[in-house]
Amino acid sequence: MRIAFEKRESVSHTVRVLVPLVSLVFALAFGALLLLFSGANPGVAYAAMARGAFGSSRALAETFVKAIPLMLTGLAVAVAFRMLFWNIGAEGQLAMGGLAATGVALFVSEGLPSWSVLPVAILVGTLAGAVWAAIPAALRAYLGVNEVITTLMMNYVAILLVSHMYHGPWRDPAGYGFPGTARFPETAWLPRLYGRAHFGLLFAVVAAAVLWFVLQRTKLGFELRIVGENPEAARYIGIDIPRLMLVAMLVSGGLAGLAGVCEVTGVMRRLQQGLTVGHGYTAIIVAWLAQLNPWAVLLVGFLLAGLLVGGDQIQMAMGLPAAVGLVLQGALLFPMLGGALFTEYRLRIVRTTPEDVGTPEELGLDEARS
Amino acid sequence: MVGITKRFPGVLANDHVDLELHQGEVLALLGENGAGKSTLMNVLSGLYRADEGAIYVRGERVVIRSPRDAYELGIGMVHQNFMLVETMTVAENVVLGLRGLSFRLDLGHVKRRLRELGAQYGLKVDPDAYVWQLSVGEQQRVEILKLLYRDVDVLILDEPTAVLTPQEVDDLVEVLRRVITEGKAAVFITHKLREVMKFADRVTVLRDGKNVATRLTRETSPDELARLMVGREVLFRVEKTACEPGDAVLEVESLRALDDKGLPALRAVSLTVHAGEIVGIAGVAGNGQRELAEVITGLREATGGEVYVSGERITNCPPLRAIEVGVGHVPEDRIEMGLVGDMSVAENLALKAYRNSDFSRGPVLYPEGMRRFAEDLINGFAIITPGPETQVKFLSGGNLQKTILARELTACGGLLVAVHPTRGLDVGATETVRKQLVEERDRGTAVLLISEDLDELLEIADRIAVIFEGEIVGTTVADDASLGEIGLMMAGERTESEGMAT
Repeated sequence: MRIAFEKRESVSHTVRVLVPLVSLVFALAFGALLLLFSGANPGVAYAAMARGAFGSSRALAETFVKAIPLMLTGLAVAVAFRMLFWNIGAEGQLAMGGLAATGVALFVSEGLPSWSVLPVAILVGTLAGAVWAAIPAALRAYLGVNEVITTLMMNYVAILLVSHMYHGPWRDPAGYGFPGTARFPETAWLPRLYGRAHFGLLFAVVAAAVLWFVLQRTKLGFELRIVGENPEAARYIGIDIPRLMLVAMLVSGGLAGLAGVCEVTGVMRRLQQGLTVGHGYTAIIVAWLAQLNPWAVLLVGFLLAGLLVGGDQIQMAMGLPAAVGLVLQGALLFPMLGGALFTEYRLRIVRTTPEDVGTPEELGLDEARS
Repeated sequence: MVGITKRFPGVLANDHVDLELHQGEVLALLGENGAGKSTLMNVLSGLYRADEGAIYVRGERVVIRSPRDAYELGIGMVHQNFMLVETMTVAENVVLGLRGLSFRLDLGHVKRRLRELGAQYGLKVDPDAYVWQLSVGEQQRVEILKLLYRDVDVLILDEPTAVLTPQEVDDLVEVLRRVITEGKAAVFITHKLREVMKFADRVTVLRDGKNVATRLTRETSPDELARLMVGREVLFRVEKTACEPGDAVLEVESLRALDDKGLPALRAVSLTVHAGEIVGIAGVAGNGQRELAEVITGLREATGGEVYVSGERITNCPPLRAIEVGVGHVPEDRIEMGLVGDMSVAENLALKAYRNSDFSRGPVLYPEGMRRFAEDLINGFAIITPGPETQVKFLSGGNLQKTILARELTACGGLLVAVHPTRGLDVGATETVRKQLVEERDRGTAVLLISEDLDELLEIADRIAVIFEGEIVGTTVADDASLGEIGLMMAGERTESEGMAT
């Protein structure tokens, strides 16, 4: 007996639905074990989590606040990954977007007609993210520099630059020494929908729709898909891969930059600590779980935000140490990510000892050894 | 081997195959690509384990779990892609993986033994040479020496002649003859009938994973073997009228290029292909054929020389430029380069034509046009697929090639570069592909056909140019071309018949 791991010949719809569901059950069971270890009742804890994330309109609004940057950066990462460009830099692109929007809101808004402040801030922030992404993209496309390293390194530069700005030159003089800029003028506020949930949600939905259309229905999307599936074939049919890589990364960086804009204009309304809390990294998980499908990114982003918000809630509701919430989040994600493997592969139990088929004599093969 | 069955996901590679091998004989294992020949031998040599069936060696039931088990039973295999470490010497390669070596390697003894074996069997190789310095034929000798050094009784050779010139093939026959006189036996895998008749004492034919027949070579004929291999009567010749060449379409002038390792692969290649003409490039694999095709289609940089297509200079232009001036390309790597496996048949057929206005309104694609285009091609080229939306990876090898051919023939406007267009195809698909190439020629397209299959070149090419170490060493008219002459040129001998590549 031996257990073999083999690729499925085709992936049925049942499998696509069943695998995540079974993974979720495993995840919950695994999390329950952890909760038992820390002396909590898993049932109560899970209930608290669900209430904390989805239980009231206020909780739901907070989940959306968390979900919006995950959706936008998730889309950003998905676009880049489609082209086999491993953009680990959504975090830095988000930071640059936030920084640029802050610059517009604080220093340029006076001179602009009030209706135009927000659109200009959005535009400039998006461009800033795109430009930040274009640097590693150009390095990779034309010089072959590994983008994993460059995008990651540029995160540190962006994060520290942002931190420097609100600690130093842009610190609010009237802020009693707290790190952070002055509050934005109201003309630069992104309108809110409910609670703190803001207009960024619309941006995410529109971005997903546009991305889906581009990928499925346009020449550009067709080329992107070919490069993603088989770069050799793309080169062979005459696609200009470096150019396409730049385009994809401009879009990717722009989306991440937009996420940063939404954070500063929609949630914090100033630049302060808390802009770069790892959304750009979590986005990688979102994009993978969504299998790079734009609509799925929205769904996964929302659910993951629920897990994060709910995880924070049980710390407060049940008086568990903060670490338990984090461990639980990891424990729940792990089986979900691992389970995805089973959509493509299956386990099969095989006999290894060949059955006796008889001796040559029995089989009338005496002459075999003449 | 009795009742050997081996399954791979979705494929029954061997279906209750029986095979026997006697002392002192050369057995040919004949079958089309995908018939299960290599799988069966990989089971025997311990690389794969059979799902069912049993193996007997000298009457004893044995279980072979690994190549080492196989060696201990005296069974060894020379794989199609040699398993040698290029940066090591011949002697080091031979002892690689041997057990029971002393801590301090005594290669002196190994070298002496190798020289003895070399003299005994006519396998001359310098034990101190590094493998990367050796020609492909010499590397094959090292692989055989490796087995003889291990005192193997059963030698298995997987398609040993694919990389050899006709003269080197004769040498190999000689070696095998000597080996089997000592009570050893050899199995060689092939899909070429001529080799079976020349090499083997007996032949076992596999078809679709089943053993369909075993014959003594002297009691059978190529016709019968072909029938057994394919399962029906085979026409060996494609009908073809005399060639009426028109204007020059492809002109290559002293072209130079490097291979992937940065070594010169093309050294001043010049050739011309006219409209309505098929020019075949013959040569042993790895003499610059791949690089030639890639430079013409814009996929590889030329380090010197010029390429003109229909008078347009396209040297070192991006691949898109070559497509625009009308170069169609049937690439060597069908799956890796020619197709996108996870995309549909329709999308694969439109991989080049999607840029046309029939398929798009501005930047937006027009799926209906794409589907109609696909249906036309599927019917026109008799591509067997459940439908245009099926992912192309589910198609058989022959239909994959038909898909590529359909796309390239429609996209090409003057020149078609076809690289090994029938490699790995079954006889039926091979016939179809060759016919289509000839028809394309008759429509006035210039065809550059790169092939390792001399029969194919003699059958459909109008002129044959022979490439050796990156140079065209001679060109002959295909009709007069004798196999011997081409064979000598493939080994690097220049011929007097000038009028080089006019």
